[in-house]
Amino acid sequence: MRKYIPFAFKNSLRNKRRTILTIASISVSLFLLGMLIAVYHAFYFRAAPPEQALRLVMRNRVSLTFSIPEYYEPKIRQISGVKEIVSRSWFGGLYIDNRPEHFFPRFGTDPERIFKVYPEMKIDPEQLKAFQSERTAAAIGKTLAEKQGLKLGQKITLKGDIYPVDLELTIRAIFGGTADSSDNVMYFHRKYVEESLPQARKGQVGTFAILAESAEAVPRIAREADEMFRNSDRQTKTDSERAFQLSFVAMLGNVKVFLLSICGAVVFTILLVSANTMAMSVRERIKEIGVLRTLGFTTDKVLAMIIAEAVIIAMLGGLLGCLMAFALVQLMGSAFQVMFGTLRMPPVVLLISLGVAFAIGLLSSVVPAYNASRVPITDALRHVG
Amino acid sequence: MAIPLSYNFRNLRVRKTTTAMTALGIALTVAVLLGILAMVAGLKSALQSSGNPLQMIVVRKNSASELVSQVGREAISAIRFKEGIQKFPDGEPMVSPEIVTVMNLPRKNNPEGANVTIRGLSNGGVRMRPEIRMLSGRWFESGQREVAVGKSIAARFVNAAMNDSLRFGRGDWKIVGVFDAGKTAFDSEIWGDLNQIATDFNRNEVVSSALVRAVDPISLQALKNSMADDQRLYLEAKTETEYYAAQTTTARPVEFLGMFVAVIMAIGSSFAAMNTMYAAVARRSREIGTLRILGFSRGSILLSFVFESLLLSLLGGLLGILLVLPLNGLESGIGNNLTFSETGFDFRITPAIIGIGLSFATLMGILGGLLPARSASKADILAALREL
Repeated sequence: MRKYIPFAFKNSLRNKRRTILTIASISVSLFLLGMLIAVYHAFYFRAAPPEQALRLVMRNRVSLTFSIPEYYEPKIRQISGVKEIVSRSWFGGLYIDNRPEHFFPRFGTDPERIFKVYPEMKIDPEQLKAFQSERTAAAIGKTLAEKQGLKLGQKITLKGDIYPVDLELTIRAIFGGTADSSDNVMYFHRKYVEESLPQARKGQVGTFAILAESAEAVPRIAREADEMFRNSDRQTKTDSERAFQLSFVAMLGNVKVFLLSICGAVVFTILLVSANTMAMSVRERIKEIGVLRTLGFTTDKVLAMIIAEAVIIAMLGGLLGCLMAFALVQLMGSAFQVMFGTLRMPPVVLLISLGVAFAIGLLSSVVPAYNASRVPITDALRHVG
Repeated sequence: MAIPLSYNFRNLRVRKTTTAMTALGIALTVAVLLGILAMVAGLKSALQSSGNPLQMIVVRKNSASELVSQVGREAISAIRFKEGIQKFPDGEPMVSPEIVTVMNLPRKNNPEGANVTIRGLSNGGVRMRPEIRMLSGRWFESGQREVAVGKSIAARFVNAAMNDSLRFGRGDWKIVGVFDAGKTAFDSEIWGDLNQIATDFNRNEVVSSALVRAVDPISLQALKNSMADDQRLYLEAKTETEYYAAQTTTARPVEFLGMFVAVIMAIGSSFAAMNTMYAAVARRSREIGTLRILGFSRGSILLSFVFESLLLSLLGGLLGILLVLPLNGLESGIGNNLTFSETGFDFRITPAIIGIGLSFATLMGILGGLLPARSASKADILAALREL
């Protein structure tokens, strides 16, 4: 079989313009498909950092916009299997103005515990101390620092909306995230926000992040925690962190159907393009196939050679497309923020795209190749292109 | 002299498989573009409330939406005494304090639920929005645990139809009416009595916003200025039109993705069309030679092939439009990042969108046809005639 590959390759070069156009067409489509699969992957299959499997998020049962009382914390801590707990309160507000490029998540939290519950956020011990010891200190993720051009020691102002208070913060720590968790986020002392609130609004937090001792304990802790507050006027809903994140994806609407239908249309279009090319190329060559058959090549061999040619073309297009997608994601990286992190091109996405290219090569050539290989030799030789 | 158009029609018919495949490729490209545009159009019209040009929404300064805004009851009293506010027939000023909050409600095809907006308002607030009409039942009565729901809520959520009960806050709320807000975002809201909802959600001191109607455009501007200048109230007034225009930012990522996908697919499809046209030219070189001998100029040949390519792509474009037409009116929902809740919308295929689809197909046809047509027109007569 291997000795026919150069033959198939040569054949693909006989009409260079057509081959180049086909490869170009397949490569741009596969570039697109690669990007779409990467987005889909980021939404639904992002590899969670191992720490995530140990975490739960508790929110008010009504919805995330309602707070839960601070005094729930010691009670939750008593549940067996709870290792650490920290509150995170969404501050909202404005940084500079309300343009989307100045938006990033900002939370009031407990500086003593936040890095214990999120050990994947790596912070320098000196900076951690600086962050903890100053009431108006803020800690930001590396991606955020790069995107907003923020430096250690810089002062920034956040104008409150949900909280009727403006914060004057100084950046005292820049922490790094792991490959797959976003570090496009800012933390500051919840106490600082608390000081300026009217009495009626004090003592409330947005969510609790709970760190469990083992992954097995997670579902039980969720159950017990919700059970604990069932009869209070502020009921809670506790989920694994993964489920909590997926509920945001669900909030976006039917992203799954949306992405999959576009992917489907793209794949089908490439299939048409490729099948069309192969049909045209085989039609021109019926006479040659007759000659090959006369020389003693079996129909199976002829079939295999034509299919190999189509697969080579489709794979070349696929490789080129994947390369483009990979390059774009590498270069633009942090410009694409998908939910909980930057868009990435993991090997599995590249493999799927190449697999699609292979399948397209195969499927697009089967019918024309089969028809051509079955034409009676005498008819084939008489055929005028 | 131009080559008769029937020549091109017949050529496309002779090569039916190739024509069909290329046209279908173009059709899918057009269909994806139009599908996304239809979605964006529906979403935008849902987010742009028609609104009364004299009405404004007053929120706390710097608040991008009613949800994150807080306005004290004392500020509401201060607004009520401002000059230039229209009065109800009973002499009360048209100022409607409203509470906006979000609740998680199980959706019919998603038991995990979606966020919906609950709006607490008074009878005056309802009267200030005469464009919203009751489909069935009646409005909630003040002092009662009753709500009216938008028709999108009634259709998409569990237990949200007429006469059902919703459980939120401190107990059950009876649904006494379903209203039609003309496909605006209000269709995805639940409305109840201001004071009842304030009590249930512990929001007695602050409301989210106030809806205010001015007597005329001049007083509208004066009111806006006076609110912006009053440092003590710390408020900001936006006309309804301004306020909802800002909400359409929700549609932006979808729009961007749609354009990105469509442009790239169009490049791919243009290459494919080019391939088909080059093959058409190659197979017909003898015909082209003959046409030239008959006296047709290079220009007519160029035109004829570009026209054929255009025909091919328009066929694809029409097919694409047929493919997306069933989407028209399809109901869906999308998370709105400003209201933090789901906004229901319909896919809308407007004549403008169909126009865009056709021009997009035309562009693909011209891009794909120009080079092959040029090479056809450049062919040497004798060489072309000799070719097999």
